[in-house]
Amino acid sequence: MILNLLMMMAPEAAGKAAEGAGKAAEAAGNAAASAAPGMPSAEAIQGLHKFPVEAPHSWATLPQASTFAEGVDTLYLFIVALSVFFFVLVMGAMFWFMHKYRRLSPDQKTSSITHNGKIEFLWSAIPAVLLVVIFIWGEIDFVKQTAPPSDAIDIRVTGQKWSWTVEYPDYPGKILTSNNVEPRVTMIVPKGRPIRLTMTSRDVIHSFYIPAFRVKRDVVPGRYTNMWFEPTQVGEFNLFCAEYCGDQHSRMTGIVKVVEPELFEDILADYAKLEPNEGESMADFGGRIYSIRGCNACHSTDGSAKVGPSWKGLWGKTESLADGSSITVDGADGENYLKESILDPNAKVVSGFAPQMPPYAGQLSDQHIEALIAYIKTLK
Amino acid sequence: MASEEKKEREPNFMQAHRGLNSWLYTLDHKRLGLLYLGTTMLFFLVGGIAAITLRTELLTPEGDLVSATTYNKLFTVHGAVMVFLVIIPSVPGALGNFLLPLMLGAKDVAFPRLNLLSYYIYSLGALFFIVTLFTGGLDTGWTFYTPYSTTTGTAVVTATAGAFILGFSSILTGLNFMVTIHKMRAPGMTWNRMPLFVWAIYATAVIQVLATPVLAITLLLLIVERTLGIGIFDPAMGGDPVLFQHFFWFYSHPAVYIMILPGFGIISELIAVHSRKHIFGYKAIALSSVAIAIISFLVWGHHMFVSGQSELAGIVFSFLTFAVAVPTAIKVFSWVATLYKGSIEFNTPMLYGLMFLFTFTIGGLTGVFLGTLSVDVHLHDTYFVVAHFHYVMMGGTIIAFIGGLHHWWPKMTGKMYDEGKAKWGALLVFIGFNMTFFNQFVMGQQGMPRRYYEYVPQYTQQHVLSTVGSYILTAGLFWTLIYLLQSLKDGKQASDNPWGGASLEWQTQSPPIEHNFHGQPVVDTDPYNFPEIDRSGAMDEH
Repeated sequence: MILNLLMMMAPEAAGKAAEGAGKAAEAAGNAAASAAPGMPSAEAIQGLHKFPVEAPHSWATLPQASTFAEGVDTLYLFIVALSVFFFVLVMGAMFWFMHKYRRLSPDQKTSSITHNGKIEFLWSAIPAVLLVVIFIWGEIDFVKQTAPPSDAIDIRVTGQKWSWTVEYPDYPGKILTSNNVEPRVTMIVPKGRPIRLTMTSRDVIHSFYIPAFRVKRDVVPGRYTNMWFEPTQVGEFNLFCAEYCGDQHSRMTGIVKVVEPELFEDILADYAKLEPNEGESMADFGGRIYSIRGCNACHSTDGSAKVGPSWKGLWGKTESLADGSSITVDGADGENYLKESILDPNAKVVSGFAPQMPPYAGQLSDQHIEALIAYIKTLK
Repeated sequence: MASEEKKEREPNFMQAHRGLNSWLYTLDHKRLGLLYLGTTMLFFLVGGIAAITLRTELLTPEGDLVSATTYNKLFTVHGAVMVFLVIIPSVPGALGNFLLPLMLGAKDVAFPRLNLLSYYIYSLGALFFIVTLFTGGLDTGWTFYTPYSTTTGTAVVTATAGAFILGFSSILTGLNFMVTIHKMRAPGMTWNRMPLFVWAIYATAVIQVLATPVLAITLLLLIVERTLGIGIFDPAMGGDPVLFQHFFWFYSHPAVYIMILPGFGIISELIAVHSRKHIFGYKAIALSSVAIAIISFLVWGHHMFVSGQSELAGIVFSFLTFAVAVPTAIKVFSWVATLYKGSIEFNTPMLYGLMFLFTFTIGGLTGVFLGTLSVDVHLHDTYFVVAHFHYVMMGGTIIAFIGGLHHWWPKMTGKMYDEGKAKWGALLVFIGFNMTFFNQFVMGQQGMPRRYYEYVPQYTQQHVLSTVGSYILTAGLFWTLIYLLQSLKDGKQASDNPWGGASLEWQTQSPPIEHNFHGQPVVDTDPYNFPEIDRSGAMDEH
């Protein structure tokens, strides 16, 4: 208890420790990317990521990785200090009275004080004034958070059960996604540039939360919400969904990668690149798309049913559909069916599954779809 | 008191009639109080089992004990049961029913039949919750946010129908109590001579009557949307999901005060009686309850700072939220000041009273963080919020309730519990509670979102500490249950007024007779006038 309070009062030291740990991690990351300093290694892009450790020990404070973070933390600490002061004052008085006025004899005389207008006025007015100060301080910072500068880079975020899709309208075709199987780089932003997110949801309410930036905003179906920030630290930071959205809510997470502005476009292109590597077969390329675009969130390759039907043994199988008909996934008809099911998933729904897959028209090229079909064919 | 002779004791309210029907058809507010006590404690056990399972699941970052679906159903059960079936009805239903007429010097509440009806409506609502549990459960969280609740396949309609029905019980009890307080006070009991517990129940009743209908309408709209497909909240049908949040919190924020105000009332009694001191600032405490009741209707938007409501609305709601903090602070200061120059006895009820001051002060102060706009953006929907509302709901209401139960146990049952065992129980509860929830503030500040089945490994240590704390808390609560039940069997006979209380419930025998008092009690002073009472008592002896 007391330890907790002390640690909350000494976050500076804790913060420095966190910073140290962060630097060590960064150095390790750089060593791995030996070919071009600052550029991601092939392994990194392939998705072998871990969630960054932002609080390396129990009482550490988070990295302050956006322009808002310091302001929020300062106000937070100001309220901590006031709270500790008043808590000690009130509890101190309580424990002192408990000691001084403990019952020593059954007929101990007590005072007949019933009230004291002066002291009651003071203990109403002083907290009221302090609360107004806190309110105004919080209000000023909040208003800053709601007004993005006009030169901000636009990013569109779409939430759906249970992944994030991040698109860059200024960089057509660049799409990053999270998935609920493994940690992935879900958003890449340049350091020192304001970023404006325009967000919406395809199904239920989600909430886009980057603790290291101290920003959070609900992502609501049927409307757009805005959020902006300016990253101040190069590194990787956790992205969480903060509004409960069902079974995989706790896996609707990703990694936000902040890079040097001069490397931004290259790194974004590397991460968003979805082309076959040299000597890679179509099926292998399809396997990569399966994981990078998050098909694996809903479709297994081991026969187990997830949100959608498994891909194992799908090629050659006869699927019964929700409308009572059935289709044999083979030959040209099979290819057409698979392609249609990717671009317009609700056209033919396999019976027993809810029609909740988002359409991928415009998000996957014909080459991508061919690769995916080639991959499905290998899953015997 | 001192001059009272050992009289032939009349049969108490439990001995006056026998048999199951004498309980099922009872119109006696005291028996109904005990029925509420039994039922709410049963559901406290249900909600508690869910909580312990959740905490055990969270021992490791991976989901391994139960499936994600089960986890989601468990936290929904925990929240919905604790809010709708335990905290809201516990103090007013159990202690309020038992004590209100006694404290007012009345024979019963104004409408005894309505009171029985309230209990049965409560039971019917509870039955719907039980049916929900056995028909696939509910996975929306206790807040039923749309459009998740419109689209999920779980038993939303049964559960919301249950909450809808429970609302009527709440409204009828509130009406009953309001009329009772207005019309049935003993001669001489002016508004300023009412025990503060009665003031708190009065403020609670006002909110129950005014706010609960809004919840009822909201839940009805949700049921209509789900069953008839009429788009109100679901954007897929042209509705607005944020509208649901406005409706829901318009009730549920005042409901927070439905939950905590009765606790405030208990604490005023405990602190004054066990320090034999006139409560400090009677009027300030009484009127701050009413102020809280009024302002509580205007702060619901502070649950929605990041929901997409307008910035201006957020700013107004933040300001009003700070306004509600002032009357709450006044109460805490007044309770502590009551101890000054008192004669403090450290018996179990008092220990719970002091424990409340400790935990509720933390709960109140951490509310300031969440009312602050920019800080809330970071803390919203993290474990900081979880810790905050447990410090208020459990560290506030439940701790006050347990303290009140110990304070009035002799009056309700006619038995004394084992004081030594009770103190150990209080210690376990105090340690367990703080260990479970304090570090959740830290975890929340580090970004751990709530309602997570799995989590990033950096939070493991904190979760383990929380879980161990929750086991200690559970041990303390079971320990308490055991010695309280034991006291029914072989507890010492309680005297009519074991604590030297001055309010009217202590002037009748323990347990009270069926009609509460012989003749009509008359009041000529306020119930906290201990120095005066002690002096006149001393004069009687000469």
